[in-house]
Amino acid sequence: MSKQQCFEQLLLGKPAQPDGWLGGIRTEALERAKALNFPSDRHDEWRFTDLSPLYQYTFQPVDFFAGLKLADIEKFLIPDSIRLVFVDGCYNVGLSDLSRAAGVVVKSLVESLGDRHLEAHFAHHATWYADAFTALNTHFFEDGAWIHVSGEIAAPIHILHVVTKRDYPSAIYPRCLMVMEPDSRATIVEDYAGLDDGIYFSNAVTEVVLKSHVQLQHIRLQREASNAFHIGHCSVEVGQGGVYDAVSVALGARVSRHSLQVMQQGEEAEMQLNGLALIAGRQIADTHTLIHHAKANGKSVQLHKCIADGSAHGVFSGKIIVHKGAAGTDSEQSSRNLLLSDKAHIDTQPQLEILNDDVKCKHGATVGQIDADALFFLCSRGFSEASARNLLTHAFAAEIIAKIQVPSLVETLSLTILERMDGARR
Amino acid sequence: MINKGSKTMLEVKNLMAEVGGVKILKGVDLIVRSGEVHAIMGINGSGKSTFSKVLAGHPDYTVTGGTATFEGKDLFALAPEERARAGLFLAFQYPVEIPGVSNSALLRLAYNTLQNERGLEELDPIEFEDLVLEKIKVVEMDANFLSRSVNEGFSGGEKKRNEILQMAVLEPKLAILDETDSGLDIDALRIVANGVNSLLTADNAVVMVTHYQRLLNYIVPDFVHVMDGGRIVRTGGKELALELEARGYDWIRAAA
Repeated sequence: MSKQQCFEQLLLGKPAQPDGWLGGIRTEALERAKALNFPSDRHDEWRFTDLSPLYQYTFQPVDFFAGLKLADIEKFLIPDSIRLVFVDGCYNVGLSDLSRAAGVVVKSLVESLGDRHLEAHFAHHATWYADAFTALNTHFFEDGAWIHVSGEIAAPIHILHVVTKRDYPSAIYPRCLMVMEPDSRATIVEDYAGLDDGIYFSNAVTEVVLKSHVQLQHIRLQREASNAFHIGHCSVEVGQGGVYDAVSVALGARVSRHSLQVMQQGEEAEMQLNGLALIAGRQIADTHTLIHHAKANGKSVQLHKCIADGSAHGVFSGKIIVHKGAAGTDSEQSSRNLLLSDKAHIDTQPQLEILNDDVKCKHGATVGQIDADALFFLCSRGFSEASARNLLTHAFAAEIIAKIQVPSLVETLSLTILERMDGARR
Repeated sequence: MINKGSKTMLEVKNLMAEVGGVKILKGVDLIVRSGEVHAIMGINGSGKSTFSKVLAGHPDYTVTGGTATFEGKDLFALAPEERARAGLFLAFQYPVEIPGVSNSALLRLAYNTLQNERGLEELDPIEFEDLVLEKIKVVEMDANFLSRSVNEGFSGGEKKRNEILQMAVLEPKLAILDETDSGLDIDALRIVANGVNSLLTADNAVVMVTHYQRLLNYIVPDFVHVMDGGRIVRTGGKELALELEARGYDWIRAAA
């Protein structure tokens, strides 16, 4: 299969419904997708990431939606959360739990097209005019999550996308729009999970709009099936005095990409970007972030970690642009990487563009192996070499996991990571 | 203390070892029996720290000759973790920081590994907390050190006390203290020494590797050995340490 055949097959996806104001956007997005096509191998944003495994397949739209029971997705659930579940891209009422959703709009996107807040923001933030994957999603998405928060929501909002196994490679287009009104607070978990070990292409787009003085912890989990492909794009706008606190964890997929673009829209906004990619075997995990400091006195703190075992390949590109007028910007970025095997490799690329005086910007990157002194120390305390390695690897990951403010998720992820390490050593 | 009926714990014969192709140990002989406290002294580069690392199984060091048995077992046939599980303990000269692993988790996992080895019950986190809160008194540490990452942000003295806390929890048969006194102020030295003294029984033994005599004022050795050029060149009682303090090492080197 060629790259072009793969692309053309995606264009043959299920025709979109003629749905009012959205119809125009969908049509335009398809035209953009056709014009843009897949990125070339030399494209600056894609040159480290080999998408050829993706191009080997022709992905087809999902023609029927699997009937799942709650027990089927139990391992992914977060207790006491507001839960919106999508199965193969389609909203599933039965698996969702909106009983704690008083005071917040948590709904299916296509069922909410009459909501003027939705219309005001949908597709206004994600860069579908510049990126074919985002454009394809904007045209083909079946449904998505619409979250509109006012006030303070204590229960975490869990948006769970599960994908089932099919006998053909399938294309799924998860979509999400979050709008948070001034002074509101929430914790939102965006979760991409593979239920069985199928081959599919999950092409996700999320838009986040934070008005003034909003506090959001936005957790993104990518735990797709091991033969899946995941390409996700997220655009965020942070209003005055707001705190956008992102934690992304990438564990699954054969090839995955997470592109996060954060725009500081108001003064004194704070952005915390924490990321972890834990990969092994032939996995490729790419994280691209772009932070625009566009207003004065903004602060950004970023820590990205990648742990690569087997012959896995990790990519991190973190760009920070301090625009003219963004005086008093305080920005710190760190990329720390751990190689667990000789064949694994990691490309890390911090990029700073400073167009303004009077700013503080720090960045740094390290790539290392398990510390030999720490390993010997643990062995001298009775740990086997394998369990000492696991403990040290887990500790390296724990710094990111610990930032998640949902305790049950911290526990689940810790266990998942320990089990993964254990499995890899056997 | 030297006891009648004590058992031979460690027996080292003509031990030779090198690091990176450089010969450091050139024939060390040492016998340690249960209940005994030994001090190994010597100038920098005499091989005393190498000796302790070789006994613990540090991978950078290669044994090129000689033997070491621990309770009759061939020490060099055991991996570092097997030596630890057999009851050998090394207190590090430079304790390692491990960000992301809490002190209490480290202690509990290590403790349970040994319990397992000894065929005893493992302790869950709540049971273990009772044990560790008792043990931590030995080194006069605050309980909040338990929830912090291993040695991260600890002062030099706190790190050394933390090593002794590990010793208190793991209850080794033979503890080798590699320059545990270096970098300690007088109060920390007293606390560390009191801790070690409280752990001494007729069934275990301690080997202290040290440059200075002052630690030996607090932990009184039964034997003092002087290392030089990769060998033990003189052995005596605690008075030998005082003589070294008064006269320096040169007279022994000249005599040897």
